[in-house]
Amino acid sequence: MGVFKKKDQPVYARPADASVSQAFKNGNIMTRLSFFIFGLGNIVNKQIVRGLIFLALEIGYFAYLFSFGIGALGDFVTLGTLEQGQVYNEALGIYEYTAGDDSMLCLLYGVITLALTAAVIFVACMSGKSAYCTQFRKEKGLAVPSFKDDLKSLKEENLHAFLLAFPIIGILCFTVVPLIFMILIAFTSYDHEHQPPGNLFTWVGLENFQKMFSEGSKLAATFWPVLSWTLVWAVVATVSCYILGLLLALLINRKGTKAKGFWRFMFVLSVAVPQFVTLLSMRTIFNANGPVNVILRELGVIGMTESIPFFTNPLYAKITIICINIWIGVPFTMLSTTGILQNIPAELYEAAKIDGASAPTIFRKITLPYMLFVMTPNLITSFTGNINNFNVIFLLSGGGPDSMDYYYAGKTDLLVTWLYRLTITQKDYNLGAVIGILVFVILATVSLLTYRRTGSYKDEGAFQ
Amino acid sequence: MRSKRFITNTICHILLAILSVIWVLPIFYVVLTSFRAESGSYKSYIWPRGFTLDNYINLFKGSSSLDFPKWFMNTLIIAIFSTILSAFFVLCVSYVMSRLRFKMRKTFMNIALVLGMFPGFMSMIAVYYILKGLGLLETGVLKQVALVLVYSGGAGLGFYMAKGFFDTIPKTIDEAAYIDGATKWDTFIRITIPLSKPIITYTLITTFMAPWVDYIFAKVIMGNETSYYTIAIGLWTMLEQEFVEYYYTQFYAGCVIISIPIAILFLLTQKCYVEGVSGAVKG
Repeated sequence: MGVFKKKDQPVYARPADASVSQAFKNGNIMTRLSFFIFGLGNIVNKQIVRGLIFLALEIGYFAYLFSFGIGALGDFVTLGTLEQGQVYNEALGIYEYTAGDDSMLCLLYGVITLALTAAVIFVACMSGKSAYCTQFRKEKGLAVPSFKDDLKSLKEENLHAFLLAFPIIGILCFTVVPLIFMILIAFTSYDHEHQPPGNLFTWVGLENFQKMFSEGSKLAATFWPVLSWTLVWAVVATVSCYILGLLLALLINRKGTKAKGFWRFMFVLSVAVPQFVTLLSMRTIFNANGPVNVILRELGVIGMTESIPFFTNPLYAKITIICINIWIGVPFTMLSTTGILQNIPAELYEAAKIDGASAPTIFRKITLPYMLFVMTPNLITSFTGNINNFNVIFLLSGGGPDSMDYYYAGKTDLLVTWLYRLTITQKDYNLGAVIGILVFVILATVSLLTYRRTGSYKDEGAFQ
Repeated sequence: MRSKRFITNTICHILLAILSVIWVLPIFYVVLTSFRAESGSYKSYIWPRGFTLDNYINLFKGSSSLDFPKWFMNTLIIAIFSTILSAFFVLCVSYVMSRLRFKMRKTFMNIALVLGMFPGFMSMIAVYYILKGLGLLETGVLKQVALVLVYSGGAGLGFYMAKGFFDTIPKTIDEAAYIDGATKWDTFIRITIPLSKPIITYTLITTFMAPWVDYIFAKVIMGNETSYYTIAIGLWTMLEQEFVEYYYTQFYAGCVIISIPIAILFLLTQKCYVEGVSGAVKG
């Protein structure tokens, strides 16, 4: 007696090669026409509802295209031609604005129209394939699934389509389309001098990339130092947190250490507090008049009115940020390494002890290689995470201290915080987009090279 | 030999004690300042001259410009809705990627990996304009809907962790269900989900915590509508030039108030996380 009712599930045969090209080559006239009049092949073969859904999608798309889409595509090419004008209104005695084209919206609607077109081409392929399958079944005298059967198949062989539909719509709307949009902006002149709706911006090709890399420009003079600080920061932050966290975990897990749970709790406490709370309070603690400076004054390390410029001197700011990041990151590493440490085979240690190895040697020759072997994927993620570590920099120093040599960047700005400033404060959207693309290129090379080598990618089915 | 071990043990314990003081002191300072009786921001001394609960009381009374209880409710509502939505997305995608085999599977996983590498808020401006185009930035309530969509819209991309968990559930269990006549949908709802409590709790809690700690997206979408702020932007506002003198101690009180539930949730997740990565049913 099973829990599940046994249902009769007829199996609907599919042609062995149900691909778009085969459908076009081997299909009859109705099947081929289905690529252009969606659902035709289904309707003539009595799959009315399925056919009508295809047809409705097509009609909907063309209605959109003719009422709005063609204009949007035209504007997408030009990004608007009519500039906002001023007309003197004699009756009121003031200048009035006449509406012009909004380049931003032109670009946005263009991208949306292109995305919809891509979707419709996808539907066209589905329609053709569906017609081909139905034709095949008809010719072989096999059963043709009714609409009810189609719905049922969503729970069985088409479950993936059913479950993925909503998440993918979400991803398309909130990740893919915005991303394409921002990538396109990197090739336009959308900066603070070309702000819609007052001004138009236009396509400029690779000009922004040239500006970013050209010798002697202020942008290049900003980009390279910011890039090198980003890389230095990512390496130092990742390595320091990792090594120190590992040592801390070892210290707590030593045989001789008492009350392991208590010590662990003391460190976990700082992880449990929301990060922006710790970061904001750290910012006040290291403020020019914050408690750290107060303590130093009372201890007589610095004069009563002096204060150490933790966030206002470039070098101090960098060191302070790295130290605070260690404070934040070490307990994380301690948590994630504890379990793995306990898995290191004890025989390795015993053998090393018999050979007379000292504690540092054991750490260097056994513990560290083992941990690195297991945790390389983690290290890569935390490296890429640090390159994009917006919160720590933004909430602590805000990128400051600002520098006159830089193009709206501070000495501790990472590429991402600079991106934020360029877009939100400075409104140079095109430059921000260029930086976003460059960050992506860096991250993509680093992680694709390394991630593809990890075991979890190569044989994901190992435990199934 | 024995005394040497005793000395190293003592040194280790002293080291641990010093380190944990370093790690706990800032937190202690936050709690201490939240009870400080004197108003004003930075003081030339550490230990408060007097203690009071007024900071907490005033915080919960709220004021027209900085209304903490309202922010708290805003964040709670947004957190609940975005948790439901994104947990649904994540579980669907990770089940599909783990259990079902179809043509575009590898492609989808690679695309997800690549998309994850763009800086998140690079697309923020575009998202802002899309929401504006949809008319979701007209009123405060709609902005909250927009924020929920922003938090959960792309959630389907974060499926790796849950997929890894589903991968550890033996396929034989599924096959037994198929023989009993279960469809794949039945298997998903009635077998996989009940077996995946640790990872579901983990997903729920992590997505629930996101709105409490996100600053950037909330700020861009909410703009200046103070009464619809979430906790994170609200607390940040308290530290701004015009407010810091008056709200400095209340800021710390607010920090303590939201840290407590989040810390508890975090400690809960830790447990689920360990269970989650160590796999589901053995053999």
